[in-house]
Amino acid sequence: MKWFLLRRLGGALFVLLALSIVVYAAFYVAPGNVAQIACGPRCSPAQVAQVSGQLHLGDPLYMQYAHFLQGLFVGRDYSTGTGVLHCQAPCLGLSYQSDQQVTELILAKLPATASLAVGAFVLWMLLGVGTGLLSVWRRGRLTERILTGITLAGMATPVFVIGLLLIIILVTALQILPFPDYVPLTENPEQWAWNLLLPWISLALVSAAPYARMTRASMLETLAEDHVRTFRAYGVSERALVGRHALRGALAPVIALGALDIGSMFGGAVLTESLFGIPGVGRELVDAVKHVDLPVVVGLVLVTGFFVVLANAVADILQAMADRRVVLA
Amino acid sequence: MSLVEVSDLSISFGDVRAVEKLSFSLEAGGALGVVGESGSGKSASAYALLGLHRGTGARVDGSIRVAGVDVTAADDAELRALRGAKAAMVFQDPLSSLDPYYAVGDQIAQVYRVHNRASRRLARARAVEVLDRVGIPDAVRRSRSRPHEFSGGMRQRALIAMALACEPQLLIADEPTTALDVTVQAQILDLLHNLRRETGMGLLLVTHDVGVAAESVDEVLVMQSGRAVERGPVGEVLVAPREPYTQTLLAAVPRIPARPAASDEKPAADRGEVSVNGEELVGTEPLVEAVDVRQVFGRGKSTLAAVDGVSLTVRRGETLGIVGESGSGKTTLGRMLVGLLEPTSGRLTRRARVQMVFQDPVSSLNPRRSIGESVADPLRASGERDEAVIRARVRDLLKRVGLDPEQYDRYPHEFSGGQRQRVGIARALAAEPELIVCDEAVSALDVTTQAQVTALLAQLQRELGLALVFIAHDLAVVRQVSDRVAVMRRGRIVEEGEVDQVYGDPRDPYTKQLLAAVPALDPVLAAVRRAARKELAAA
Repeated sequence: MKWFLLRRLGGALFVLLALSIVVYAAFYVAPGNVAQIACGPRCSPAQVAQVSGQLHLGDPLYMQYAHFLQGLFVGRDYSTGTGVLHCQAPCLGLSYQSDQQVTELILAKLPATASLAVGAFVLWMLLGVGTGLLSVWRRGRLTERILTGITLAGMATPVFVIGLLLIIILVTALQILPFPDYVPLTENPEQWAWNLLLPWISLALVSAAPYARMTRASMLETLAEDHVRTFRAYGVSERALVGRHALRGALAPVIALGALDIGSMFGGAVLTESLFGIPGVGRELVDAVKHVDLPVVVGLVLVTGFFVVLANAVADILQAMADRRVVLA
Repeated sequence: MSLVEVSDLSISFGDVRAVEKLSFSLEAGGALGVVGESGSGKSASAYALLGLHRGTGARVDGSIRVAGVDVTAADDAELRALRGAKAAMVFQDPLSSLDPYYAVGDQIAQVYRVHNRASRRLARARAVEVLDRVGIPDAVRRSRSRPHEFSGGMRQRALIAMALACEPQLLIADEPTTALDVTVQAQILDLLHNLRRETGMGLLLVTHDVGVAAESVDEVLVMQSGRAVERGPVGEVLVAPREPYTQTLLAAVPRIPARPAASDEKPAADRGEVSVNGEELVGTEPLVEAVDVRQVFGRGKSTLAAVDGVSLTVRRGETLGIVGESGSGKTTLGRMLVGLLEPTSGRLTRRARVQMVFQDPVSSLNPRRSIGESVADPLRASGERDEAVIRARVRDLLKRVGLDPEQYDRYPHEFSGGQRQRVGIARALAAEPELIVCDEAVSALDVTTQAQVTALLAQLQRELGLALVFIAHDLAVVRQVSDRVAVMRRGRIVEEGEVDQVYGDPRDPYTKQLLAAVPALDPVLAAVRRAARKELAAA
């Protein structure tokens, strides 16, 4: 088990490093003069040259990447022309637009996104797995067909449609919920949850459908396995068969999918954040892309990658704890 | 009242009638063997005894009474009270039949608690007790292991322990030893035998293997296509069968003591009939020579020598049998002989074209290609481009293996297992080999089909002067087809020689153990063998 953990975490680290190379290369090797972009369209050639020097753009690419890694692990200094700006590790560089540190920029936006992601995740897992199990329980009956229909519709509907519908019904017509106005958790937990309820529900409704379908398929498959038959032949009740013998195996792929989704959700649920005005990472990303703010884009991609890899590693370790055969593979 | 009383049982899956008007009974403490080939409805009948067809879409008619419970009329709760407590079932594949996520002891304890008011501790203690009873060494510690940490035989013991947990009156065993090696099979059958004697529980044993039935039961019921063909005391039915089907079935079972009388099935080399261009060639020219070959899998610390220094020679026209249990390296050796694997070390000289016939006739044919195309593959691979030539040659090959050439464009799923294996043989012949390696080529087939396919191989050998390497776990089949035999264990050949010598007067203790484990068809002989095994184990 110890070796499995080490191997798994080592693998995760390797993936992140590989990701950083690819992302770094993809953005910096892209056509266009980086210094010009960083400086802005109205810069004079002299100013562009100065910026180029500040960013070490004249250095060979591997040196630039080495500087980037250095910033990431030990921090680095930037000359601002008038003085020196120290960027602490983990340093993802400076935003071209605002000269703010990218790390700070992202950290400022992350809590809102994390609030949205985690809350919605809990809700959609409950909803998805519950619906899936219910349709297994009622298989072959009308309930199952209705549930299948609803999940299909859920998969096909974009979040802004469901979100808008919910705003119209719950906020405007029934006036049960307030129009979301993000309040940080640290300020007022009650208001935080109350204001996020609508985004959570909207995001959960569109995200739950694949989970319902996967839970259903995986559960039916597991229920047909020999070991479930064994316990059925020993008088174990159907409920115990599902709860004790089938659920564990059936949920493995569902959890793996969940890990991928929650990880990438940390990179921002762009549509949901925009729709409900949540000041999260997603909106920052859209903004950065619009202004070709390369350090911010690179930083955001890396942070998203970090969470995806982390969530995956956690899912794998959970899986290994549940099923020790995984460790052997 | 009988322990089991079944009358007019019919089971159908959709339009398929699996069981048709089956009636039988089993007295308390008795042992009944239900014997039949695949598709005879024997397993479906066994499942019906516990009402396991309920909710599956299968239609069950007739009356079933087990331990006083009317299974067809019982409600779900009554049925659950029957399952495991009054009648328990042991399944074929012991690995997939246990829950991979829980410790074996916990699984048994759970079953015990379903039927008894008992604390977790008490149930756990009971689990250890039954595990110990079925011969799991160090039962306290091993009860905490998960199924994958058990060997095949131990898993089956654990399943039997689960069955014993609630002291049922009836044990239903569905092919309990089919997935096991022959020595392990003998241990499990002996265990069942002893348990029955000690607990007095009834046994209903479902098996395709007549020998297994002869070892374990008092009475047999022979089934064919869902109907009972013959029923009677095991000594009568298996020794002097009355029904033609039973006679055919028994005649097809390969035996160890004597070679079958039919000259068709005698190895060609025995009669010196193999000749090419009038030249007597048997046993002269070596086609494949292996000298101290090894095959090592894995890297670093976790290496495994699947084949660990084997030397052998296969000569033109002869049949070399290779027997061994699972993991003995026989398949790896076969793959090296064909050239699918390069030996890690040692010298392997191939002086002839070699082809292979695989075990599973279902998965070794591409389901999306017609059988004709599959047979044509080696021809195309060798550069033949003329469609007319290919088609003519394939039709000729299909005819040679006893298939209708008109079936060229049919797909594998339209054929039975035996027919598919014929396609596999035709495909091997297409490349005009001088040596064919048959890796468990008949072990997935029913005995009657098995006999037909081995007869076909013998005939082809005679007509074409082929050499065969016949790899199998089944000692009787190997004896039937081979001239020489090599016994493998843990990657080495422990004994090699003429079949009569090896089977008649085995030198190596492992060979002796293997031969003692083979189930005998005659129940009297089976009892003698059981005693011999006891002695061998004690020695």
